[in-house]
Amino acid sequence: MTSARSTLQVEGLETYFFTKAGVVKAVDGVSFAVGRGEVMGLVGESGCGKSVTGFSIMGLVDPPGRIVGGQVLFNGENLLTASEEHMRALRGSRIAMIFQDPMMTLNPVLRIDTQMIETIRAHERIDHASARQRARDALGQVGIPSPDERLRAYPHQFSGGMRQRVAIAIALLNKPDLIIADEPTTALDVTIQGQILYEAQKLCRELGMALIWITHDLAVVAGLADKICVMYAGKIVEQGLVDDVLDHPVHPYTVGLIGSVPSHNPRGQPLAQIPGMTPSLLNLPPGCAFRTRCSRASGICEQEPRLSEPRSGHKVRCFHPCLEGHA
Amino acid sequence: MSVFIIRRLLQSIVVVAVMSLLVFFAVNVVGDPVDMLINPEADQAEIEKTMRAFGLDRPVHEQYWFFLSNAVKGDLGKSFIFGEPALKLIVERMPATLELAFAALLLAVVIALPLGIYAGLKPDSKFSKTIMAGSILGFSLPTFWVGLMMIMVFAVMLGWLPSTGRGETTSLLGIQVSFLTWDGLRHLVLPALNLSLFKMSLTIRVARAATREVVHQDYIKFAHAKGLSSRRVILVHLLKNIMIPVVTVLGLELGGLIAFSVVTETVFAWPGMGKLVIEAIQNLDRPIIVAYLMITVLMFVTINLLVDVLYSVLDPRVRLQDVKA
Amino acid sequence: MTTSVQQISVPAGAPTEAAAVKVQTPFRRFLSDFFESGTAIAAFTVLLVIIFIAVVAPLISPTNPYDLAIVTVLDNRLPPGTRNLDGMTFWLGTDGAGRDLLSAIFYGLRTSLWVGVMSGLIALCIGGTIGLIAAYFGGRTDTLIMRIVDLQLSFPAILIALVLLAVLGKGVDKIIIALVAVQWAYYARTVRASALVERNKEYIEAAICLALGHRRIVFRHLLPNCLAPLIVVGTLQTAHAISLEATLSFLGVGLPITEPSLGLLIANGFEYMLSGRYWISFFPGVALLVTIVSINLVGDQLRDVLNPRLQR
Repeated sequence: MTSARSTLQVEGLETYFFTKAGVVKAVDGVSFAVGRGEVMGLVGESGCGKSVTGFSIMGLVDPPGRIVGGQVLFNGENLLTASEEHMRALRGSRIAMIFQDPMMTLNPVLRIDTQMIETIRAHERIDHASARQRARDALGQVGIPSPDERLRAYPHQFSGGMRQRVAIAIALLNKPDLIIADEPTTALDVTIQGQILYEAQKLCRELGMALIWITHDLAVVAGLADKICVMYAGKIVEQGLVDDVLDHPVHPYTVGLIGSVPSHNPRGQPLAQIPGMTPSLLNLPPGCAFRTRCSRASGICEQEPRLSEPRSGHKVRCFHPCLEGHA
Repeated sequence: MSVFIIRRLLQSIVVVAVMSLLVFFAVNVVGDPVDMLINPEADQAEIEKTMRAFGLDRPVHEQYWFFLSNAVKGDLGKSFIFGEPALKLIVERMPATLELAFAALLLAVVIALPLGIYAGLKPDSKFSKTIMAGSILGFSLPTFWVGLMMIMVFAVMLGWLPSTGRGETTSLLGIQVSFLTWDGLRHLVLPALNLSLFKMSLTIRVARAATREVVHQDYIKFAHAKGLSSRRVILVHLLKNIMIPVVTVLGLELGGLIAFSVVTETVFAWPGMGKLVIEAIQNLDRPIIVAYLMITVLMFVTINLLVDVLYSVLDPRVRLQDVKA
Repeated sequence: MTTSVQQISVPAGAPTEAAAVKVQTPFRRFLSDFFESGTAIAAFTVLLVIIFIAVVAPLISPTNPYDLAIVTVLDNRLPPGTRNLDGMTFWLGTDGAGRDLLSAIFYGLRTSLWVGVMSGLIALCIGGTIGLIAAYFGGRTDTLIMRIVDLQLSFPAILIALVLLAVLGKGVDKIIIALVAVQWAYYARTVRASALVERNKEYIEAAICLALGHRRIVFRHLLPNCLAPLIVVGTLQTAHAISLEATLSFLGVGLPITEPSLGLLIANGFEYMLSGRYWISFFPGVALLVTIVSINLVGDQLRDVLNPRLQR
């Protein structure tokens, strides 16, 4: 986890949305690092700011959102101070992104080959035929049958799973150092999800890429990731190696999250759940955002909890971490 | 693709048939056919001759058949005023109207489309708000009055541009056109701008609405995430998608341009078929009215057909639906 | 991305705040929403003034422009602000026949608004009923009605109006008929679209189960729930009708010279335009423009306020 060999190191990232109703602190002081060949799972409920984190790294936050603080060091260079043209050159080439809904990511009126070839030619001077060849290979790599034929097809002629493979192939085209995958399997069938997860992991290991896998599904992270960051209301509440965090969660939110997975519950018992709702990030009061839903909360939780490291490499942001059970 | 075109073609033929029926009934039921078809100054012998010639002594369905078969042969009667076949008169004036309509369409695309896209991309900027205020004004301004004001400012007060007529024309593929000579072009500017004004406002609104919708689609964000230049994202990814609604609206509005050229042609004394038909209505020269109607119906149906075909070219999803159907 | 932002930006609604908000009737909320925009207030005020002028035109006009005993040709084509020999000031000048232009505009406004509003109301009743019938009965009735509507809407309004007036001739009643024929299809389409949505809701099912008569269900249950889009379209269509009437009158196929609307006043000034006497066409045009713009702005604001998709 040292910064020297990290592909991406995010330090105190803050992305706020300045809406008419007030300031929404979608990402509020997020820090993490991912290295070569490493898979990091970024976990949280809808609206906790995990997608915005991904877009902030890409430099693609739409107004009224704005990155107001922190650093995004990519191979040692701070992306937040980089010029727009330099960012453009990095996007799709060194950092690629895969989106959540495969039905919406591909442009419906452009053929697959156009959408792939333009991605290559946006970054290097290469003739059309070689670019096409590379596009063809990339399709083959993600397991699309008869890629030559499929290149000439339009997105609507593919199924959802196939479209997501195409999107992954596009992300892989320029052999990026980092891929940010924003819930890429959420919209897909479980069987397709398994195939894509397997292939993503394989490609990541083979090509030595860093991979950030944004999801709300702990089972996916358990099978795929090396590291995990759990996000709640714009902040990372717990982070560490995936086995440490999932086997010995210390933040009450993570404990609740793992407890909510139906397979963890004994049959016949009512399912465990976290009471209450995700808070609105609009004008969030200071202190721990989880305290209103937390059984361990006390008066001190109205202050901002700092990140502590109860075990080596396993950090938590809580005044009352659940250490008794397994320490 | 061809199945799609054939189906649309058949629908178009039905529309033309229905419209011919409506025009026929407008002539024969709402108005007195003798009044409609025969010069009011004709004497009794002439009236009877014409009535026989048009089969007016026959039952209605036979009369309709008669009207239809004559229409197919291109015989829609003679103008009372000019004494020439009505169809010939209309067709002679058609190039002038079409030139005006296409010039207006071109202006709408060239000027309004970029403005609309800009207003959609930056909805909160001052310039966008000015564009949108302008488009509300463009919607509200009556075309004919704007035409008058244009004449007043540019022709009378400033004296920059001529106010009436087509100017010098040249022959292009056997058709007389204005836009190839400097004089003709000077004559074309004001009428085309005038006719275009409403369509510009419409195009701005459609382009802006479409842009605002498309720009938030994931595929636009994905295109940025692929590292494409903003230029390529806007000119290829965005433009190709917003062209679908824009072409639909503009294409269908070409019919509106042809119809509305009646107003512009009257204001600017542009010698097209619109001016001809207004004069015909004022002079009760009914064969011309009937001929104008049948020709415009035919033109609209053709335009709608072309727009549908163009639509399927632009949107691959329509093509697929057709294969499934 | 967008969705997540929307989700997080929705306030949870603290109970203390909710209690403080006064209970608002839908109509009061509509009023406060409507007058939120300064433009809308201005447009609405201007529109009220215009309607007032139109209604009381004979009382407030400086002269009766169509009283041949007062109008003399000696006063013709006087520029704005001229005083004549009788000490009468023509603030906006006079037209080719020596009529006071300000008075003529007041009278013209009256005619234009009357034609626009009447044709709009009649078309609303006819088109609305047809649209409701199409949505309520569905099936073949719906298909047939919508085919006719689509066919008519594929032809420009001005063309249809021209044809009808060519057949019918001139006159206030004739032009109202022509404008109704042009507009009914817009109302039918609008009402059908929203009635179709309502038709599938449970309260209509319930009304049908109660075996209420068709007429009662359609007009007492279905119609009130389709009023919002109808009001919006009605406003915008009235502006359209006024513009179209002016155009037709300008073309000389609309109103007779004895009942001049703004369009006819503009047409009368056309011939003097080239000799620089701009005011005869200019001022009636400005009156027409202000009328149409204010109606359109009010309509736009109504659409924003009444649109359920934009509900705040």
